[in-house]
Amino acid sequence: MHKESEIREPLILANKSYSEISDDIIRPIKGRPNRSWYIVFTISLTAFLWGIGCLAYTIGTGIGVWGSNNGVDWAWDITNFVWWIGIGHAGTLISAVLLLFRQKWRMAINRSAEAMTIFAVMCAAIFVVLHTGRPWLDYWLFPLPNQFGSVWVNFNSPLLWDVFAVSTYFSVSLVFWYTGLIPDFAMIRDRMTKPRAKKIYSLLSFGWSGRAKDWQRFEEVSLVLAGLSTPLVFSVHSIVSTDFATSVVPGWHTTIFPPYFVAGAVFSGFAMVLTLLLIMRKVFSLEHYITVKHVEYMNIVIIVTGSLVGVAYLTELFISWYSGVEYEQYAFLNRATGPYWWAYAAMMTCNVLSPQIFWFKKLRTNLAFTFFMSIIVNIGMWFERFVIIVPTLCRTYLPSSWNMYSPTFVDVGIFIGTIGMFFTFFLLFARVFPVIAQAELKSIMKSSGVQYKNNGAHH
Amino acid sequence: MSKTVIHGIYDDEEQLLEGVTQLRSQGFKITDVFTPFPVHGLDHAMGLARTRIAITSFLYGITGTALGTLMMWYMMVHDWPTDIGGKPSFAYYMNVPAFVPITFECTILCAAHGMAITFFLRSWILPGVTAKNPDPRTTDNKFLILLESGDDKLGGIQSVLKQTGASEVNLKH
Repeated sequence: MHKESEIREPLILANKSYSEISDDIIRPIKGRPNRSWYIVFTISLTAFLWGIGCLAYTIGTGIGVWGSNNGVDWAWDITNFVWWIGIGHAGTLISAVLLLFRQKWRMAINRSAEAMTIFAVMCAAIFVVLHTGRPWLDYWLFPLPNQFGSVWVNFNSPLLWDVFAVSTYFSVSLVFWYTGLIPDFAMIRDRMTKPRAKKIYSLLSFGWSGRAKDWQRFEEVSLVLAGLSTPLVFSVHSIVSTDFATSVVPGWHTTIFPPYFVAGAVFSGFAMVLTLLLIMRKVFSLEHYITVKHVEYMNIVIIVTGSLVGVAYLTELFISWYSGVEYEQYAFLNRATGPYWWAYAAMMTCNVLSPQIFWFKKLRTNLAFTFFMSIIVNIGMWFERFVIIVPTLCRTYLPSSWNMYSPTFVDVGIFIGTIGMFFTFFLLFARVFPVIAQAELKSIMKSSGVQYKNNGAHH
Repeated sequence: MSKTVIHGIYDDEEQLLEGVTQLRSQGFKITDVFTPFPVHGLDHAMGLARTRIAITSFLYGITGTALGTLMMWYMMVHDWPTDIGGKPSFAYYMNVPAFVPITFECTILCAAHGMAITFFLRSWILPGVTAKNPDPRTTDNKFLILLESGDDKLGGIQSVLKQTGASEVNLKH
């Protein structure tokens, strides 16, 4: 049996048997949701419906109802798109990169992080679908022959790379997530007593029976999918960044964008994972599985990626000065001191300064503080995208086309709607899906469970 | 000679591994093993061949590379060459850097989906399929060795199962 160093803290606290783990995972599915679930669900659903209303208004009237104008033609839509896509990246990072590095702490959080990825990419998709202006013609984005109304798509364009990258990312993440869910659905199927629920989970579990050969293939498939998803996740945000970097807009035309965007994506994604998990562990009493140690590990990722993002901001500033190009210099001067200086200040405070607080062990193991910080980081990362897009576009080469941007209620409404949709889906997921990859968790119990670690220490 | 189906049920994966090893070394044929989670070393103990599913993924991947390349060559170079931003597409090699991202995405798309579909078909894990685990507890906390044997070997199997710590031995005639 694999033995683990005693210095490593146990990942499963409390004495759990295999069937107790099953019980803990199945409890929220069998039980009825409590009052707070209904309250949060109602709020989320209301926000979601409000968003659908604004979305319908946009489609019915045209994107003139947004605050975007001639100069600032990308604004809230692309800010939100990049923000959501970035949030999604943490799920893949946790499930794929941490699998390749054999990090066992991923097992308690990967399921919900991947669900978050799927829902975040869906939210992001809403903005790309809408920002084309005539969403009913969005099939033009696909490589279809010109009888459909246009010549072939332009494969030189990063915007098309984005179509391929995001759709590949979404579908591969979905397959990865679902493959992992199958054995857990099988567990629920075999534990369910009500015939209707049994039938549904039996359908969802694809008839999984846990044969040795199936497990062998399952592990190989997971490993290869992780290996494929890792470069994929880096490619997706790199490609998103080339939407900006391949343009000739000062402030966007920089080679630092791909790594800087990826670091920012992981940073914001981990913050969102923390926001969700800190609530979920409490509501579903999963404190023995999602422990303070897990939170601390994620906070460490936040310091590292937050610092990477900070270095990227400073590098950008230095290079713009060092380049000697006055347009480039002005773009950055304008971001920091121009009309949107407050957005820049918010970005710097939330993303660069505040995560450094996590150097203190007391604070990075404090759950309430971590929750507060996770919200701060999400706000900061939203402002990062806003700072890249709006202040840059409102002061481009021609002063005659300089103008200010402010969002309309429709912009805000759709954004709030996606947040509502995200939480609605997540709450539903938490009610009917196994929120922890229980099969994987059982396989590490003997190396990382508290009772086995303590027994091992006596030898 | 009538065959008897034997379910050797264990509570612990280490005892299960021991049981599988003992049974095989004494020449008894194991039909299948059902476990609630992947048990490391079980495929080796059972003498299962390595899975070739990763190889299929590679093959699907290079198919994706070829399809992506073919698609972009046909659309941008062959069927309707366009001069975009002073970057004419008269030959594939002229534009190749711009084709790298989509070639990569096509490779991943085909490798991942092809492999997943192969896995589902090969293991016959599909919506509507009835599960084959003989005891519902094997997805929860029990490890089950399934054997079939004639009456002559029945006693030997039962004693190995008991000796290696099986918590239950169920016979079905």
